[in-house]
Amino acid sequence: MDCTESRSRLHAYLDQELDLPSVVAIDQHLASCAACKTIFTQQSALQVGIRKHAVYHEAPAGLAERIRAQIGGTRARAPRWTWRWQPLQLGAALAATALVSWTAAIEYSRPRGDELIIDQVMSSHARSVMTSHLADVASSDQHTVKPWLSSKLDFSPPATDLTGAGFPLVGGRVDYVDHRPVAALVYRHREHVINVFVWPQRNASRTLPTPSASQRGYNVVHWTDNGLGFWAISDLNAAEMKTFAETYAGAS
Amino acid sequence: MALVRAVDGVCVPGAKPGRQEHRSAGQGEALSTDERSRAKRFEEIFATHLDAAYNYAHWLTRDSRNAEDVVQEACLRAFKFLDSFHGESGRAWLLAIVRNTYYTWLKTNRVEALSVSFDEETMAADGGELADLESSFGSIEQALQQGDAKRLINDALARLPEEFREVIVLRELEDLPYKEIAAIAKIPLGTVMSRLSRARKLLLQYLQQAQQES
Repeated sequence: MDCTESRSRLHAYLDQELDLPSVVAIDQHLASCAACKTIFTQQSALQVGIRKHAVYHEAPAGLAERIRAQIGGTRARAPRWTWRWQPLQLGAALAATALVSWTAAIEYSRPRGDELIIDQVMSSHARSVMTSHLADVASSDQHTVKPWLSSKLDFSPPATDLTGAGFPLVGGRVDYVDHRPVAALVYRHREHVINVFVWPQRNASRTLPTPSASQRGYNVVHWTDNGLGFWAISDLNAAEMKTFAETYAGAS
Repeated sequence: MALVRAVDGVCVPGAKPGRQEHRSAGQGEALSTDERSRAKRFEEIFATHLDAAYNYAHWLTRDSRNAEDVVQEACLRAFKFLDSFHGESGRAWLLAIVRNTYYTWLKTNRVEALSVSFDEETMAADGGELADLESSFGSIEQALQQGDAKRLINDALARLPEEFREVIVLRELEDLPYKEIAAIAKIPLGTVMSRLSRARKLLLQYLQQAQQES
């Protein structure tokens, strides 16, 4: 592969859009071409910089409810700007008449508890990675992380450093999932971040790590042990997640 | 591509209301199974992707009130045209509607003229005169460490012409694959790649200028 070809595919490479043979070819070229390597390093630093520092605008509180209300037709308010397309307004009016009890229907069709938790776990994970707020206590020393978490929470989550198995402990933080404060243990595997959310689950019998969701590029593994529920999530593939979960569960 | 076609349907002026909605309007009683599953389907997409919709709208409008308006209208349209969603990617589908809504809003409000065609035509897709920016910059990593990285990055993003800004937001903040970005922005895959490449060159240029000014 020459410089022209390598540079033309640089962004696809950076964005992990290339197939394996192309990735290998570019890797080989970068290893031997300082000029292309510089471009790659710079672009890669820019990408990391954007992902780390760009503001992610979360929907303001109340917006979801306002939209639900508007769709349900209960507390509809006029939009601040005028629609040009009359049929759309007509449609909204029709929807409003027909769906007064729409919100009630939602109550009955809420996803089961686990799905809600998985969704929250995914959001927390994504947020922690995006805002780079991985750890309140950043330490690979389990004797620092564990006492810190115990001091903030009413339980003591296992926080074993797993560097030996390829999963160094990065730190821990207190997060909020399932309407309660939970422990989030952060591990790394290569460039991937793994969050393990832990909180007590009363009367839970012991279960082994089981894949419970694979959505949006994330894999979630769940297990319970010693009265604690564990939800591990990352963008690692399912096999690596299984290895991680078993290593973590085995060490605790 | 099915998604693009489905999404196209959304912005057809005067499109007829969905079939189910039509029927339900006639009944006006307890919710049928159809309606319940319709509401559930919408809630699943809506609840999961509201943040993404708002973030995208905010980066397009660069204003929180306008972003809220756009998202609110977009969600009403999404609910109305739920039948055009065929289960590909809820996020891409909703974001495409946000985008359509934004452009309608833009026309209505005439906030600013679109500037991208000029930029894309006059510059080669791969960056033209900006080609060597990476090597002349010094280390970006260092520049970000020394400066106020958050301000530098966000100012640079805000300066991007919106066609470039949106691909960066979809790629870096939503972590979407090229295929979904193509479907949302209704551009070919090759254009996604050339816009990302151009956007990143521009960002480097802005960062470099900011660094020189400071």
